[in-house]
Amino acid sequence: MDHRPQAWGRPRDDVYGAYDASYLNHSAPKTATQSPIVTGTSVIAIKFKDGVVMAADNLASYGSLARFTDVKRLRTFLSASVVGFGGDVSDMQFLDRHLNELAIDEAYEHETTASVSGPAPGQLNAANLHKYLSKLMYRRRNDFDPLWNQILVAGVDGAQQPFLASVDLRGTTFTSPSLATGFGAMLAQPIMRRYAATEEDAAKLTRDQAVDIVKECMKVLFYRDARSLDRYSIAVVTREGVELKEDEQLEKQSWAFAERIRGYGTQTV
Amino acid sequence: MAAMFSQNPLMNGPNYSFNDAPTVNAPEGARQHRFDPYTDNGGSTLAIAGADFTVMAGDTRLTSGYSINSRHHPKLFKIGGTTADQKDATLVLSVVGFAADGEALKERLDVICKMYRFRHGKPMSAKACAQRLSTILYQKRFFPYYAYAILGGLDEEGKGAVYSYDPVGSYEREQCRAGGAAASLIMPFLDNQVNFKNQYIPGSGEGHALQERERRPLAREEVEILVKDAFDGAVERHIEVGDGLQMMVITKDGIEEVFLPLKRD
Repeated sequence: MDHRPQAWGRPRDDVYGAYDASYLNHSAPKTATQSPIVTGTSVIAIKFKDGVVMAADNLASYGSLARFTDVKRLRTFLSASVVGFGGDVSDMQFLDRHLNELAIDEAYEHETTASVSGPAPGQLNAANLHKYLSKLMYRRRNDFDPLWNQILVAGVDGAQQPFLASVDLRGTTFTSPSLATGFGAMLAQPIMRRYAATEEDAAKLTRDQAVDIVKECMKVLFYRDARSLDRYSIAVVTREGVELKEDEQLEKQSWAFAERIRGYGTQTV
Repeated sequence: MAAMFSQNPLMNGPNYSFNDAPTVNAPEGARQHRFDPYTDNGGSTLAIAGADFTVMAGDTRLTSGYSINSRHHPKLFKIGGTTADQKDATLVLSVVGFAADGEALKERLDVICKMYRFRHGKPMSAKACAQRLSTILYQKRFFPYYAYAILGGLDEEGKGAVYSYDPVGSYEREQCRAGGAAASLIMPFLDNQVNFKNQYIPGSGEGHALQERERRPLAREEVEILVKDAFDGAVERHIEVGDGLQMMVITKDGIEEVFLPLKRD
């Protein structure tokens, strides 16, 4: 007599063999990135009077190894917006291909007059693009198949005002006069906020000031972020379109400060 | 149950087709690193119902860990207007918790209220919208929207109505409610100042004979001061609250929105 009521009336293994439950154990759902492998570090961006400046270095790291030193992490979209990617590089490349498709579809639907640079009326602007990417990222997190990136989107919105917003691997979105991902949130964001604490402050900055601030931040990041590089990409996006420079070199570095810091460089004593 | 029966010598005998021990499919030594789909973006919200108005409020800071992501991220949303700018909306939703889920929840409720309005030619009542919001939340019972929602509006009689929710859709109508990171700091203050809890008439007796101070509906000016005081207090003691105070006042004439500064440290 078996005293467990659960067992009553059930086929016994010694009579029928073990139940083949393999069809119940469908393996874990197919997912791509469960943790980032090859990664890009910070992306930083700041708004100014009539646009946005964004920068990211050209390094893709494999853990602590500086693996690929010529990876462009900023891309343009329809010559009207800039997208900057932090986090996993393969997911960035997936999104890049996806955005290329989207841009082609958009270009067919709304034909541009060749003489005019920048976005054609009716085409996706930066605000639209950000909404699109945030829905994409949120959908992927709901499927437990996240794209392991933090993304900054810059350009102009529907009212032709400078637009800057962020979306991350969980679909969290936010905007601010200046934004930075990864290490940049600790090191660059405080510097940028000194110049553009509010939208009003940002609206007073000139293009040259904004570019100088971003370059200064990239220098600080190279000094202190071990997964960074002194070659970087910088983009300026305005109503007129995008100017993207992809092979810039950090200027006017001074490592004099390092001597005074114990444990920073080669220690003699 | 597994532990119970593994003590049983009978278990060394025949096994049965049901298995009460969890099976692990992972290969030996494999460490499962699971993606965590949730984060807490901090912030706090607050709602108080008056005789013929409702005040909703929330701070505008968005955090992740010790970082401030944004100093101007609204947590209050007008719901169910006929246009994108929501100027003819009659309800306000506040969400706090995980920002992406809050945003998704807001957009779903807004679409549903808009559809209702276009189909029936009238805005959704606070009571109906409150029930619908509960259903939306419960539909995701096993992968919840990690958001503490508060819905504010006016009831059928024109009185202020506040409905508060937990992430899986339990809800109740209340006089006032604080939500989010500093809820535990603000709620006791509200109990005392809105519902006059622990307030007694001096000299009215000893012990149980003490008479409670009689409750009365607060005036709008009083409520607005109370809200500002509540947030100034929360900002002082909670690091995830600050930067700006977004306040919406719902009356029969529409919804007024104001932004006030809070400490940014």
